[in-house]
Amino acid sequence: MLSDFEYVVPDNIADMCDVLKQYGAEARVLAGGTDLLVQMKRKGVQLGYLVTGRSLGLNYITDGPQGLRIGAFVTLSEIERSGLVRQKYPIILDAVMKMASPQVRNLATIGGNLCNAAPSADLAPPLLALDAEVTVFSQSGERRLQLEDFFLGPGLTALTNGEILSEIRVPQLPPTWGGAYLKQQRTAEDIAIVGVAASMLISHNGCASNVRIALGAVGPTPVRAVKAEAFLEGQLINEEKFKRAGEIAREECTPIDDVRASAMYRKRVVEVLTKRALKEAASRSLALSS
Amino acid sequence: MRIKIALKVNGQQKSLEVDADRTLLEVLREDFRYHGAREACGAGVCGACTVLLNGKPVSSCLLLAWMADGAEIETIEGLAQGEKLHPIQQAFVEEGAFQCGFCTPGMILAAKSLLDQNPEATEEQIKDYMEGNLCRCGSYPKVIKAVKSVQAKMGGGQGAK
Repeated sequence: MLSDFEYVVPDNIADMCDVLKQYGAEARVLAGGTDLLVQMKRKGVQLGYLVTGRSLGLNYITDGPQGLRIGAFVTLSEIERSGLVRQKYPIILDAVMKMASPQVRNLATIGGNLCNAAPSADLAPPLLALDAEVTVFSQSGERRLQLEDFFLGPGLTALTNGEILSEIRVPQLPPTWGGAYLKQQRTAEDIAIVGVAASMLISHNGCASNVRIALGAVGPTPVRAVKAEAFLEGQLINEEKFKRAGEIAREECTPIDDVRASAMYRKRVVEVLTKRALKEAASRSLALSS
Repeated sequence: MRIKIALKVNGQQKSLEVDADRTLLEVLREDFRYHGAREACGAGVCGACTVLLNGKPVSSCLLLAWMADGAEIETIEGLAQGEKLHPIQQAFVEEGAFQCGFCTPGMILAAKSLLDQNPEATEEQIKDYMEGNLCRCGSYPKVIKAVKSVQAKMGGGQGAK
C-alpha cells in the first residue's frame, strides 16, 4: 500500500518551491492524484512528502489580450464546463472529453497531465497545435517555455528540482481558426494508442495557413509533424492534400510496439487520423468564416 | 502523520483524525462502516469506489482522506430516506439493473449525479457519463433502461425504451 508520508500545504507558490527544493526527490506535488496515487499503489513510487497545491489559487481559466490562461491546478471537469474553452478553444474540449472518466476528470488537473508527461497525454497534442506556452515558477522567479520544449522523454519534463508548472498559456487565436483532436483508443477510459491534433486558418481564397499537426503516443514525447505542416502551408486545401499530409506525418513519428498496439498499426492510424483531423479542423475553420 | 479533518457524510457532520496515507474510500468503509463503495481496481478505472464529492462523482480510492477536508460526501447509504428508496434505486430494482450488485452503488451515484446536472441526458450522454462504471455481470442495458425510466417519471428524458 502507500508508504508513510507527510503532507505539506504551502500557502503560496514561493513556499511550495522552497519545500520542493528542500526535499528534492522525496517530495512530489499532489494535484488530482489520479496519476500519482496509482504510481504509489502500483508502481512502487515511495515518497516522504506530498505537497499539495490547493491553496495556491492556480485554478483560474481566463481570457484576455494575452490569450487563454489556465492555472495548473484547474481540473479537467472545470475545463469541460468552461464556456470560454468550448467556444474559443474547442480542440481542448475534444481532448478532455476523451480522457479517463467523469470520476477521474473531477480530480485530475491539466498541470498534472502535462507534468506526468506520458507520451500519450491527451492534452499535449491540442496544446502543441495551439502554440501553447507554460509558465514555470521557482525560487529564482518565473520562466516561460514553449510546450514543445517542455517534454523531454517518457515521464520527463524540463522542470528541475524546486520548480513547478504554474500556468498554461495559449496565444489569442484569429476568430476563423479551426482545430480538432482525434484519439484512437481500445475502449472507454483507455489512454491513446494514437492522438492527433490538427489546426489551421483558411483564408478567403481557400489556402491554409498556420497549419499545425501534433501527434501523441507515437514517440517518446508528443511531437509536431513539421514536414506534414510545411507541405500544407499556404496550399489550397483539398482531400487529396490532407491524405498526402497524413502519409508524410506517418513517417514523422517513432512509435513502439506495446500492449495496446504495434508500431506498424500506430503509423497507419497516424496517417488516417491526421487526414481526418485536418478535415475536421478545416471544416471548423470554414464554418467560422461563413 | 495524522491530520484532523472535518467533512459532511450523508448530511452528517463528521470530525476525525486520519493518517495522511489513508484514502477516502478506506475512511468511509473502515471508520464510518459505509461498505457500499468498494475497492476493486484501486486505480480509478472501475468506478466501484465512486462516491459523490460536492455532488460530483469521484474515485475515492485515489482521493486521500485529508484532501476531502471540508467536502460534502454522499454515499449510497445516504440515498434512501428510511425505508423509502430514492427514485433511482427504485428504478434499478424495478428494471433488474444489477446481478451481483457489486458495481451498483457506483452506478446509482453516477446516475444520480448525471440526472442532477442534466435531467434531459440522451442515451449517448448517459453512456458517456457512466463510462467510468464497469460491470462484470453485464447489467449495462438494464442500467440505461433504469436511468431512462427515472427520466420518464420525472417528466424529462428522451423517451423510455
